[in-house]
Amino acid sequence: MSGAADREAVFPTRQSLGLMKAKLKGAETGHNLLKRKSEALTKRFREITKRIDEAKRKMGRVMQIAAFSLAEVTYAVGGDIGYQVQESAKSARFRIRTKQDNVSGVLLPAFESYLTEGNNDFGLTGLGKGGQQVQRCRETYARAVEALVELASLQTAFVILDEVIKVVNRRVNAIEHVIIPRTENTIKYINSELDELDPAADAEMKAKREAQAAQGAKSQSEDTGPSDILAAADEEDVIF
Amino acid sequence: MASHADFKDRQFLAVIGDEDSVTGLLLAGIGHVTTGADAQKNFLVVDNKTDNAAIESAFESFTEERKDIGIVLINQHVADRIRHRIDSYTAAFPTVLEIPSKDHPYDPEKDSVLRRVRRLFGE
Repeated sequence: MSGAADREAVFPTRQSLGLMKAKLKGAETGHNLLKRKSEALTKRFREITKRIDEAKRKMGRVMQIAAFSLAEVTYAVGGDIGYQVQESAKSARFRIRTKQDNVSGVLLPAFESYLTEGNNDFGLTGLGKGGQQVQRCRETYARAVEALVELASLQTAFVILDEVIKVVNRRVNAIEHVIIPRTENTIKYINSELDELDPAADAEMKAKREAQAAQGAKSQSEDTGPSDILAAADEEDVIF
Repeated sequence: MASHADFKDRQFLAVIGDEDSVTGLLLAGIGHVTTGADAQKNFLVVDNKTDNAAIESAFESFTEERKDIGIVLINQHVADRIRHRIDSYTAAFPTVLEIPSKDHPYDPEKDSVLRRVRRLFGE
């Protein structure tokens, strides 16, 4: 990838020189824009990774509290409610929807949780005893799931951003290390070829011009000749 | 990205975990059983007797076959049993989230996403 070998196959004409110059300019503009995009995305990416780290730790605590409230339920109800709960689950009350967030042209989906109205699968759970605990446990777990949903959106954004940043950086590098040097090489090549052609043409023109100039000078000297001769003759007259 | 088109209908969470985690999350109201002849649950209870193939097939059905699931929650100790599947799963949708369980405290070192974070920042 070194030297004049890496260039585009073009004829060294003024037209292609113009094209190459336009291409170089376009590549530089594109490079700047992409670089800025990559920086904006990376900034967002770092924010997200930091928040993921925090959210994961928070999740650990929240799930611990939730597990404890479930233990309370088990104690209050006086038996395992797992089977009953699993059997009576029919339709999800807690659902998610996705909305989109636009970061420098990249669509980042974010989850949002919502509760559907008027369906309660576990109306009978804890009816005998421990109803309050069951209710509290449900609220605790609902909060935990909300935290999980938030974390999931962060994680999705992380995965997508990771991919997009890789693509953008690859493009930036390709422009910086392949396209721009190659275009510059091509411009250099065209310039050198044009320079080689130009001196030949220039020399021809110069020779022509010089020949013309020499001819002009000669005729001029012929015009002024007689007066000089006269002057000389005058002097000769004085001596004579 | 192809996944952008279809994530609008992803409205459920799925869970693979031990009995307590599943019970708790179902109490929160995420449980859903599809109506129709082949009723599909969006949760799987894993205990010592569940073999890894069953976990893997559930994971695959939640992540690949079903198009209505947006988030897959999986207990970390369960995820450890099919770690190779989790680590090789890189799609954005549905999101796979490792959660702690009552008996197994959360270990950030094992989390596939956090490990990726670490690798990216060269720690």
